[in-house]
Parts: sequence; C-alpha cells; structure tokens
Amino acid sequence: MIKLGGTRVPMREQKPEERIKNFKSVPLGYSEEEVIKEAQRCIQCKGLPCETECPINMKILEMIREIANRNFKRAFFIIKEDNPIPAITGRVCPQENQCEGVCPPYKRGHGINIGKLEAFVADWAREKGIKEEFHIKKTPEKVAVIGSGPAGISCAVDLRKFGFQVTMYEALHKAGGVLQYGIPAFRLPTEVVDYEIQYLDEIGVDIKLNFFVGQNIKFNELREEFDAIFLATGAGAPFFMDIEGESLKGVYSANEFLIRVNLMKAYKFLDFDTPIVCKGPVGIIGAGNVAMDAARCALRLGVEKVYILYRRTKKQSPARDEEIQHALEEGMLLKELISPKKFVGDEDGWLKEVELFQMELGEADKSGRPRPIKIEGSEFRLKMNTIVEALGSMPNRLFLSRAPELEVNKWGQIKVDHNLMTNIKGVYAGGDAIRGNATVILALGDGRKAAQSIRKYISSKSRS
Amino acid sequence: MTHPIAHKRQLSPDTYQIRIKADHVANKFKPGQFVILRIHEKSERIPLTVSDVDTSEGTITLIYQVVGKSTMELSTLGTGDAILNCVGPLGNPTEVKHFGRVICVGGGTGIACIYPIVRALAEADNEVISILGARTEKMLILEHEISELSDKTYLSTDDGSKGHHGFVTEVLKDIIAKEHKTKPFQRIIVIGPPQMMKAAADVTRPCHIKTIASLNTIMVDGTGMCGCCRTYVNGDMKLACIDGPEFDAHKVDFDGVISRLSMFQEKEAQAYKDFKKRKPSQ
Ligand SMILES: Cc1cc2nc3c(=O)[nH]c(=O)nc-3n(C[C@H](O)[C@H](O)[C@H](O)COP(=O)(O)OP(=O)(O)OC[C@H]3O[C@@H](n4cnc5c(N)ncnc54)[C@H](O)[C@@H]3O)c2cc1C
Ligand SMILES: Cc1cc2nc3c(=O)[nH]c(=O)nc-3n(C[C@H](O)[C@H](O)[C@H](O)COP(=O)(O)OP(=O)(O)OC[C@H]3O[C@@H](n4cnc5c(N)ncnc54)[C@H](O)[C@@H]3O)c2cc1C
Ligand code: SF4
Ligand code: SF4
Ligand code: FES
Repeated sequence: MIKLGGTRVPMREQKPEERIKNFKSVPLGYSEEEVIKEAQRCIQCKGLPCETECPINMKILEMIREIANRNFKRAFFIIKEDNPIPAITGRVCPQENQCEGVCPPYKRGHGINIGKLEAFVADWAREKGIKEEFHIKKTPEKVAVIGSGPAGISCAVDLRKFGFQVTMYEALHKAGGVLQYGIPAFRLPTEVVDYEIQYLDEIGVDIKLNFFVGQNIKFNELREEFDAIFLATGAGAPFFMDIEGESLKGVYSANEFLIRVNLMKAYKFLDFDTPIVCKGPVGIIGAGNVAMDAARCALRLGVEKVYILYRRTKKQSPARDEEIQHALEEGMLLKELISPKKFVGDEDGWLKEVELFQMELGEADKSGRPRPIKIEGSEFRLKMNTIVEALGSMPNRLFLSRAPELEVNKWGQIKVDHNLMTNIKGVYAGGDAIRGNATVILALGDGRKAAQSIRKYISSKSRS
Repeated sequence: MTHPIAHKRQLSPDTYQIRIKADHVANKFKPGQFVILRIHEKSERIPLTVSDVDTSEGTITLIYQVVGKSTMELSTLGTGDAILNCVGPLGNPTEVKHFGRVICVGGGTGIACIYPIVRALAEADNEVISILGARTEKMLILEHEISELSDKTYLSTDDGSKGHHGFVTEVLKDIIAKEHKTKPFQRIIVIGPPQMMKAAADVTRPCHIKTIASLNTIMVDGTGMCGCCRTYVNGDMKLACIDGPEFDAHKVDFDGVISRLSMFQEKEAQAYKDFKKRKPSQ
C-alpha cells in the first residue's frame, strides 16, 4: 500500500518535566526547513476537503503551495484574505474536527499539520514586521464593537477596511477576550495576542478599555451615537454545579482560576499582586478545553496531583486532541465516570473532600454523546483541597439586563437572523454571545460576516 | 487613559480620602456604587466605594483604609501620581426614595460607604438617623459631614474614647427599643465589617424592619465573570458585584461571606510583608 503524504514532520516541544515549571509555549514551532517539508507532503486533493471543512474556508492549498516554495510572504497575504488572526487560530482551532480531520493522511495519524503551518507563517510575518496594509478611505459612519474577543477583533478589522470609524469597548483592562484572560500563555503566548490588539490600534480602531457597556455607558446611548453596533460580548459568566459546599474556600470557577492565573499573572505572585491558592490534590470538574487549561495551570503552580473528574469518558471529551495529549504528558490524571454530589469542608471552611457519584453511560443525547447516568447508592469520597469547576459559561446577564429590549433565547444567547442582525435594527451580534461556548474560529467567522452585513445596512441607510 | 490624583487627605491614622479624575464614572454614578482600581501594571484589582463625585470637574472621591498591600501602596501615592485603571460605576445603586424614617449604620470604613447614601436619603426627604462606629475616636471618620446631613447622629467606639462605649449594634438596639413602637422605622442600612452587619441583622430581624447590607466580598472583575464574589441570599447563589452589592441583610449567609473573605489571607500577609520590606520608609 502506498502511504499517501508520508509521515508528519514532528513538532518540537518543551519536555513535559521542563514545561510544567514555566508558562512558555509548549510547541517550539517549525523551522523553515521543517515547515517546507511538512507543506510538501500535501497531496493536493481534488475537491479540497480541508478548505470545505474550515469554517471560514481558508485557501489552505494556496497557502501550502507558497510555503512549499518558501514564499512565506505570499502565503501570509493569502491567509490574511480570509483570516485576520492566523497566529491564533493556527494554535487553538480544533483542527482534528475541521481542516485536518478530513485530510487523507489523518486516518493514519499523519494529517498535514495545517494549524502549525498557518501559525508559522503568521509568526514569521510578525517577526519580520510584515503587515497587511490597506488604504483606508474615510467614511463618516461610526460603528461600535462591544467586546474584544475574536468576534470583536475580526469585525473591527473588516469595518476599518470598509472605512468606518470603529470604537471598541472592553470591560476588562486588557483587550482580547478569552484569548487574553482564559487561554493560558503556554498555549497562546501573550505577545501573540497583544500583537493583534496593537494592530487594531495601528489601523485606527479606538479601543476603550475598562468600559462595561450597560454600566459605564448605556446601551441606548450607544444606539444614538453609532450608526451600527456589533455585540461580541461572549459567554463569560460561569455555570456552577449548584450543590452543597460550593462556597467553601478552595472552590473556584474555571473563569476565576484562569483569570487570576492568566490575566492577573498570579503565577508570578509577589512580583504581581493577585494571589491564588491552589493546594493539591486538585480536582477539575469537566473535560473540555477549559478544564484542560485549568489542569495544566494547576500543574504549573506546582501541584503534584491534578485530577480531571469527568462524568463521561476520555473518548467523549470535547477538548482538542493536542490539549488532552499535552495534559496527560504533563501528569494530569483522569478519573472517568464520576460526578460530584457535594463538597465537604473542614472546621475552617476549607474544602477537604468531594463526595461523588459513580456514573454509567446511557443512550446518546442531543450532542450525540452517551448520556451519563448516576448510579444511586454509589457515593464515595476523594480527598481534594482545590476544586475548579469547568462546566461552561453563559452570556453576561448584567449586560442583558441593561439591554432588555434585546431578544434572547432561554440560555441568554442573543437571537439573530441569517445576517446576524438582532431584533433591533442596526444591532448585530456574533460569537459566543449568540452560540454559547463555541470556538475562536466560529466567533471570527461571525465577526467578518457581521461586518459585511453592517456595510450593507449602512449603505442602504445612506441611500434611503 | 490613566486617572490622576487631584487631591489627597488623611482622615485618620490609616484612612485616606483621594479624589481622582474619572469622567466616565462621575457622569454615571449613583449612591451605593463602586469602582475597581488597578494601581499599576502589576497590581490586583481592588473594589472601592465611590463616596462623592464632582461632575463639573469629572472627579470621584474614594475613601480607603489601609489593610494590606494594595491599599498601603495606594496610600504612598499623592497629588500628581496617577492610577492606571478605574472601571465603574459598578454594582446596583442603593434604592433611594422617601421611606420615612431610616437608620444608617456605618462601621469602620463602612462609614465612607454609607456617606453618599445618607446624603441621598436626606435629599429624598427622609428622617435620617446615623450611627457611626469605630475602634477608637481617631478612627471615626466623616463625623462632621454625616451629622450635618442627618437628623440625629450617634457615635460609638469600641474603647469608649468617644460616644457609646461598645458596638454600633448596641446603639441600634437601644434606639429601636426606644422609638420603633411609637415612631416606626421603615428601613435600616448597615455597612461595615461583615461581623457587624450580621449582628445588626440579628438586632433588626425580630422587629421586621427591612434591613439592607452592602457586601464587601472579594472581587476580581466586578462584572459577573469570575464568580468569586458569590454569596448565598435566601439559599440562592448571588453575585455581589452584579446582583448587589446590597442585599436583604436578613437573608444573607454572613458566615459564608466571613469565611470566604479569609481565602487568600496567608498570601495577602506575605504580599504585605514583602511590600513593607521593599519600601522601608512606610
Ligand atoms: C479557557 C478557555 C479555553 C478555550 N480554548 C479554546 C480552544 O482551544 N479553541 C477554540 O477554538 N476555542 C476555545 N475556547 C472558546 C473560545 O475562546 C471562545 O469561543 C471565543 O473566545 C469566543 O469569542 P467571542 O469574541 O465571542 O467572545 P470572548 O472571547 O468571550 O470575548 C468577549 C469579550 O467581551 C467583553 N464584554 C462582555 N460584555 C461586555 C460589555 N457589556 N461591555 C464591554 N465588554 C464586554 C468581555 O470582557 C470579553 O473580553 C476556549 C475558551 C475558554 C474559556
Ligand atoms: C463593593 C466593595 C466596596 C468596597 N469599598 C471600600 C471602601 O470604600 N473603602 C475601603 O477601605 N475598602 C472598601 N472595600 C474593601 C477593599 O476592596 C479591600 O479592603 C481591599 O481590596 C484590600 O486590598 P489590600 O491589598 O490592601 O488588602 P489585602 O491584603 O488584599 O486584604 C486584606 C483583607 O481585605 C479583604 N479583601 C482582600 N481583597 C479584596 C477584594 N478584592 N475585595 C474585597 N475585599 C478584599 C479581605 O478580607 C482581606 O483579608 C470594598 C470592597 C467591596 C467588595
Ligand atoms: S482557520 Fe482553523 S480550521 Fe481553518 S485552516 Fe486554519 S486551523 Fe484549520
Ligand atoms: S486535505 Fe490535506 S492533503 Fe488534501 S489538499 Fe488539504 S491539506 Fe492537502
Ligand atoms: S467579581 Fe467576578 S463575578 Fe463578581
């Protein structure tokens, strides 16, 4: 049998025992020779399944061809036509379910490493100072973008290309949304995110940090001041288990845990002021990307025993393959088919044990995964001094309560039509704010689509 | 955008008042709301109640007590220095209307937090009785300002150096016992250490007077994103930053609030010690 595409050029990485002592990037990135070799493996399939599966239909083959010919600059501009933040998507896209998953050699475990190629080109351009430059013809219309995550960033870039005056509001003191406060630096280096934000500034996006729309500025005031609005407010409010003992010391939401570690740099405590207390054993509830990130942060805070406590099994984990793989290499322990019943504290109010149910898998539910079912009477206890609940999150209800005229569904996700327009004319929404916990690339796609819709909306308004 | 300190005043041995430039907060502020500051790039985010605003010059007044590293660092700054970030106003405003007779109880720096509320309630034509308490006379702040706005002001100190010798809750109990039957109180607002608010709630619960407490839980973002300010009110989980900071004091799980406030104690002590070592002049 011929092995189409050969074997993958391995990615050099920091060794697990080294990397759990730092927050630096785990993959070290391809060299020029390696990236070319990897690109040359592409067999140029008919129908381009990879491009079809990429949610933004990036021109992957053209990119690969240019890389194979050492034309990194041209590759960069090809990527940029579709993707404003390739250094980020290349690192965090769930490639195995998208572009790479349908690449023929993937079945043998050797799909073309499209994400890493994409990230290489973007990093190369950043290091060389090569940027997409465009002539901005000024138009007087003003658009507000609320939220600075991937949806907000991609929308703002396109809106500037169209010439609109763009003001971006962000509640936190740093822009980037989840890219900044959630995804840890060992997966997505801070300088990569900062670079994209700086680019926004360079192309003239007016970024207003520390502005919570609804509180600092009323939503209605924005509607008067701007010709159109894009809501990219994400889904940043954590769910809790709602079980006994949740207010014990030592119990965190993944958001609090990750915000302290990543945004506030608690891992550099004393140099930075924000503290974190993370005593082992640590139990992380959930098994998605967020859970893996929390587990890997806990390992880097020096904890020896970090457990994922998951009600299904590894096979059903929604996390990226690479994340699970990396976390296991770093010593994360997986406990499957268990679900917390209550948290038990000591006399000082600190968590000391978790009581759990044993679970079994039943019929498939709506997500297509088998439904976990409690086994009554199976309760048992594990010693845990820290718990991080990574159960997913929902749109911010403070914002929604300050904009009651916006239509939302029962999960608080903003309702939109096929143009991403909300029930309010001229107000658009995208990303996690309309989807719940989705992905960077879907948020990015929404941002771009909303920019198009806003352009059409504004031009029809000015004609009438 | 940074926030220059326009004015600084020491109110007591460990309490300071600063006025900082923050137009965006000044324009929107209502009594009961707070801001979150970050002094510099490496600072934590600390919540402080806004005690006054001047919309014409776009400044807000904050009063803080030095209790740890961040507040101590803040106290080293003065006119001409600037604070890096200030987000707000956050939280829900106090319910202000004509209730009739109200009692405002402030303990420690809680006095600073109750000050704008006293003013707003007085402006809404309420009969305001204020009870202010501190450890000792020197720590009793804003006595003059608050008594000017109040129909009557009572003082108390733990050591008896001024006013009643003991706790504000004893004064509160006394006033209620003497007056509530003949001239009932419609509302009581208490702000101070959680132990004090808990005790005040215990005093007012049997007489069914609606009592409001403002919770000073630990906070990070202040916008409902981290859940670290969670607290139980009537058995339901609430977030102090967006559902509060004020809640029905009779329904708050104060023991939970008190316990969670000590979660980072060890680290805070370490940061404080480290900071003092690095800044020996302090
Ligand atoms: C820990 C973690 C790991 C993840 N890992 C991956 C991964 O590996 N791959 C992947 O594809 N996806 C991942 N995701 C999901 C992905 O990050 C999100 O789907 C994506 O960031 C959503 O983008 P967004 O622009 O819609 O919102 P967000 O990134 O959530 O940004 C929203 C921003 O809006 C701000 N905001 C909200 N309300 C207001 C307001 N009223 N005024 C002003 N500002 C406001 C918020 O502060 C926030 O900064 C991860 C998520 C988390 C939490
Ligand atoms: C809504 C709100 C309004 C407040 N208003 C005022 C005010 O007007 N004046 C004032 O002096 N203080 C106020 N506080 C308390 C103030 O935020 C804390 O004293 C300050 O954060 C302590 O920081 P530190 O580093 O100096 O002390 P630390 O060493 O960090 O802490 C000392 C103690 O302060 C408490 N604390 C620590 N971090 C926080 C935090 N992020 N939020 C709340 N409490 C914390 C804990 O009990 C801790 O043990 C308010 C708190 C809240 C939540
Ligand atoms: S954007 Fe994501 S899905 Fe599309 S090619 Fe890049 S890594 Fe693959
Ligand atoms: S699916 Fe794989 S091999 Fe085929 S064109 Fe895309 S990258 Fe190349
Ligand atoms: S401070 Fe983070 S949710 Fe309240």
